[in-house]
Amino acid sequence: MSEQPNETVAEYQFVSRRTLVLRRFLRNRTAVVALLVLAVLLVGCYALPPFLPHSYSDLNYEALQQPPTPNHWFGTNALGQDLLAQTLRGMQKSLLIGICVAFISTTIAATVGAIAGYFGGWRDRTLMWIVDLLLVVPSFILIAIVTPRTQQSGTILWLILLLAAFSWMISSRMVRGMTMSLREREFVVAARYMGVSHWRIIVRHIVPNVASILIIDTALNVGVAILAETGLSFLGFGVQPPDVSLGTLIADGTRSVTTFPWVFLFPAGVLVLIVLCANLVGDGLRDALDPSARPAPSRTRKARS
Amino acid sequence: MTRFLARRLLNYIVLLGLASFLTFCLTSLTFEPLDSLLERNPRPPQVVIDAKAAELDLDKPIPVRYANWASGAIRGNFGTTVTGQPVSDELWRRIGVSLRLVLIGSVVGTVVGVVVGAWGAIRQYRMSDRVITVMSLLILSTPTFVVANLLILGALEVNSALGIQLFEYTGETSPDAVGGAWAQLVDRLQHLVLPTFTLALASIAGFSRYQRNAMLDVLGQDFIRTARAKGLTRRRALFKHGLRTALIPMATLFAYGVSALVTGAVFTEKIFGWHGMGEWVVQGVASQDTNIIAAITVFSGATILLAGLLSDVIYAVLDPRVRVR
Repeated sequence: MSEQPNETVAEYQFVSRRTLVLRRFLRNRTAVVALLVLAVLLVGCYALPPFLPHSYSDLNYEALQQPPTPNHWFGTNALGQDLLAQTLRGMQKSLLIGICVAFISTTIAATVGAIAGYFGGWRDRTLMWIVDLLLVVPSFILIAIVTPRTQQSGTILWLILLLAAFSWMISSRMVRGMTMSLREREFVVAARYMGVSHWRIIVRHIVPNVASILIIDTALNVGVAILAETGLSFLGFGVQPPDVSLGTLIADGTRSVTTFPWVFLFPAGVLVLIVLCANLVGDGLRDALDPSARPAPSRTRKARS
Repeated sequence: MTRFLARRLLNYIVLLGLASFLTFCLTSLTFEPLDSLLERNPRPPQVVIDAKAAELDLDKPIPVRYANWASGAIRGNFGTTVTGQPVSDELWRRIGVSLRLVLIGSVVGTVVGVVVGAWGAIRQYRMSDRVITVMSLLILSTPTFVVANLLILGALEVNSALGIQLFEYTGETSPDAVGGAWAQLVDRLQHLVLPTFTLALASIAGFSRYQRNAMLDVLGQDFIRTARAKGLTRRRALFKHGLRTALIPMATLFAYGVSALVTGAVFTEKIFGWHGMGEWVVQGVASQDTNIIAAITVFSGATILLAGLLSDVIYAVLDPRVRVR
């Protein structure tokens, strides 16, 4: 990090912000590795199953509760199902839900936050009141009630929509705060006096200026959403059997954690790895997009509000 | 300040009422509490089913049902469960169980988290700081139900290594607990350690991360240098001036932390077999009981709002700039 100032000063005029951010991100080795691991896991869980000898629903009656063997790399569970195939299947569901929820909830947060912050007045009061209400409503219980009642094929879709509907509130407050400080800035005022419509100002001037927080938020939300989904599935309120998610697999493993620990340890390890990587990527993006957020002892950071 | 708090409190009551109304409507629309009767074989006579429906108010429209429930709830009567037991008795018993977990968990989590985070900031980029940073990120990425199970596995190792049952991991007390008050206390403590630690661990990780950043922000500022220049010892400058300022943003975090703990308690109680509010959530949804869910909604909503109010008050105590308003 010490050589960074000279480098940036020398090339500052020639480098676009995007290149600069990319370069800063690539310099953060932990975040790059985490992104690679995440990509490998995402591709692997969809590409690998066809090449495996066992499908996630196959029952092998000759191998019940077996520890890991060359035939079953992750061992088998009480029904004789191959845990590697099951874990991959669970990863598909959990990653799909996590990524979709993160994108949807960040989109809602950006829209609500920008509208509330830009227009202010009754729109701001109403939207922030809804935010307060949604924070008080026990989202966990509501999702737990609705999901098990949905049709088999629609369960995943419902889970995505419900999780997204209850996870945008805090980010939208952050976007609102940033928008309020942008609203009176010269370029926005200039655009307004030039007759640019409000919506165009929001789309062209406000949202690009809060983009960094939105990108960071999306990355961090992937981890949060995966934790929420696996938590619900763990209690039996998320993904419904016969389909599996990492949460249902861990719930299976919990019952015999002291006697057959591998049934628990493999799915749990994969889950922790995924969330850890998502968090590391989020942290890396934060450092790359917003270097001032990194606590530098020599610099005073003004809190935005 | 008083008027501000009063207005805030009024808003909270409205929010709480609305949240309970929404939950009540949703549960009334989706739950079929008569299932347990209808699916019985042989099927009970229609008269019995109708009587049960009348007893549970199912023959009235939902707004009327909610009005009945709310007028009781204001007076502290949360109705009965599907099987006819009063909800209120159970509620107070379970709140007692859960509060023990959540209170100790949040206090231990906040205090240890702040200390660990401040320690990391003071020793930035040394070995201990690196270990703390990595550990806290790892713990934050691990869901409660995995932490709990890993702790159980670890406790099992410790127990078998020591040859005695040091840690207990099912229930609040041993069913065969005998002996005097002292033995009872020790027995309860043995059961308390693992669940509390499970809950506290996540808050320790969260608080230490934020506290480290806040502390680093503060340490670079001029007033710390001024304090040192005026002749304060390093320790005094750090704790009296640095830590106090860095604690301010933690107040906001505390409010969110409590709501996370309430959710975390669901998993902790389920895994460790505690009969608290968290376990009740699972039971209430499984037995399709509107009154239980509505009571839990009020409790969890009130907890979250009270934590928010508390964090505002702490904020005002710590930050003189807020009090001026």
